[in-house]
Amino acid sequence: MTSQPEILASDALHHVTFTVNGAAYEIDVPARRLLSDALRQDVGLTGTHVGCEHGVCGACTILMDGRPVRACLLFAVSVQGASLTTVEGLGEPGDRLGPVQQAFKECHGLQCGFCTPGFLTTITAGLRENPDPTEEEAREMIAGNLCRCTGYQNIVKSVLRAAEIRRESGGA
Amino acid sequence: MKPAPFSYVRPSTLDEALAVLAADPHAKVLAGGQSLVPLLSMRLAQPSTLVDINGLSELAYVRTDENGVRIGALARHADVESDADAWRVQPLLRQALRLVAHPTIRNRGTTLGSVVHADAAAEMPAVVSLLGAQVLVASTDGRRTIDAADLFIGPLECAVGTHELALELQVPALGRRTGSAVDEVARRHGDYALCGVAAVVSVGESGAIETVRASYLSVSLTPLVLDLSEAFVDGSASDANLEAAAEIATAGVDPETDIHATADYRRHLAGVLTRRVVRDAYTRAVAPDPEGAR
Repeated sequence: MTSQPEILASDALHHVTFTVNGAAYEIDVPARRLLSDALRQDVGLTGTHVGCEHGVCGACTILMDGRPVRACLLFAVSVQGASLTTVEGLGEPGDRLGPVQQAFKECHGLQCGFCTPGFLTTITAGLRENPDPTEEEAREMIAGNLCRCTGYQNIVKSVLRAAEIRRESGGA
Repeated sequence: MKPAPFSYVRPSTLDEALAVLAADPHAKVLAGGQSLVPLLSMRLAQPSTLVDINGLSELAYVRTDENGVRIGALARHADVESDADAWRVQPLLRQALRLVAHPTIRNRGTTLGSVVHADAAAEMPAVVSLLGAQVLVASTDGRRTIDAADLFIGPLECAVGTHELALELQVPALGRRTGSAVDEVARRHGDYALCGVAAVVSVGESGAIETVRASYLSVSLTPLVLDLSEAFVDGSASDANLEAAAEIATAGVDPETDIHATADYRRHLAGVLTRRVVRDAYTRAVAPDPEGAR
């Protein structure tokens, strides 16, 4: 018979360590702290936006070990040891825009900008998997993210332009 | 929208996880959490303790042999979807997983978790019901296997006990001269389907249809499987036979009206989709190169 592991009270703080955009963080959070809130409140990176908070809108999408995930559908305590990338980590050295950011700027891929962090992370991972998407594949790539301003046309153009920029720069 | 407080434990062994579940009937297992976390955030569920099994990396596997595919509790949808061996042996898994939410959700959500979440509007419960899959569960009392036919008790309710942990989904291989297909209609890409149908069609040596079975989602309280074989007595996939199969389907489903669609519309979709997926599954069953037809 295995003894039960120690279970902390529901208001106890858990010590969690992970890296965000290459920097190590240690935070103490209650078990119920969503990763989206932990990134904004405990880590202090407010680029990750919280929209619907139940996994539908995609605004809080970040990369965990390179794969896009919804930060609002994860508990911070559950990603112990993970390597996270938020929108703050998508730029190039020297404060230059990354290829997806540059494409959004060129193609007017945003208006109010609330949904943009989730699109940028999703497309960054999507282009790693499929560096040369067709327009249909570009639409498929962003199908899990909601934008209420643009009508998506310029976001689709941004995906295709970002693929071009990546190719021109020898793939990032 | 924040979850109510809960205790949290991340066991490092399966035995530890089972000990916690045995001691606390209000504990809940956290695997991918893509269905559970929204329920917690909306406070539709308030478990006392979350037993986070993400530390049990030995449960993150997809294993395939000629008999079928075994999917561990921590295998993400994306892992199963991209597994070439699983695709070869049981193509309906990938066909259906492509309809589960969006890729971002599939990166974290687990296939077995989706099964035991037992949502009759979801794809995987319908698929495991159609294929006659089994779920291996463990508790401090030992292990047992639950047949898909006994798994789904009611809406969001399955036969895995509160003291049990679902360890492995066991999906049989698609038989010889057999094709599968799945399709659904949703308001938006990645939304829950208004109606969805998965079908498996088997043909004899001559290519004549022998059995046709179909599984329906979003049109009943638990996944519904219908045997449509009687519509194909002459063995052909003629329009008249497909229409007869669609009539069995529309008579057999029991949809409800909600804000997304009326019951009549869902019933209509069940017929339309039945014709469509049975034809596709038949085409794959008679394809000379089954690999290519997938």
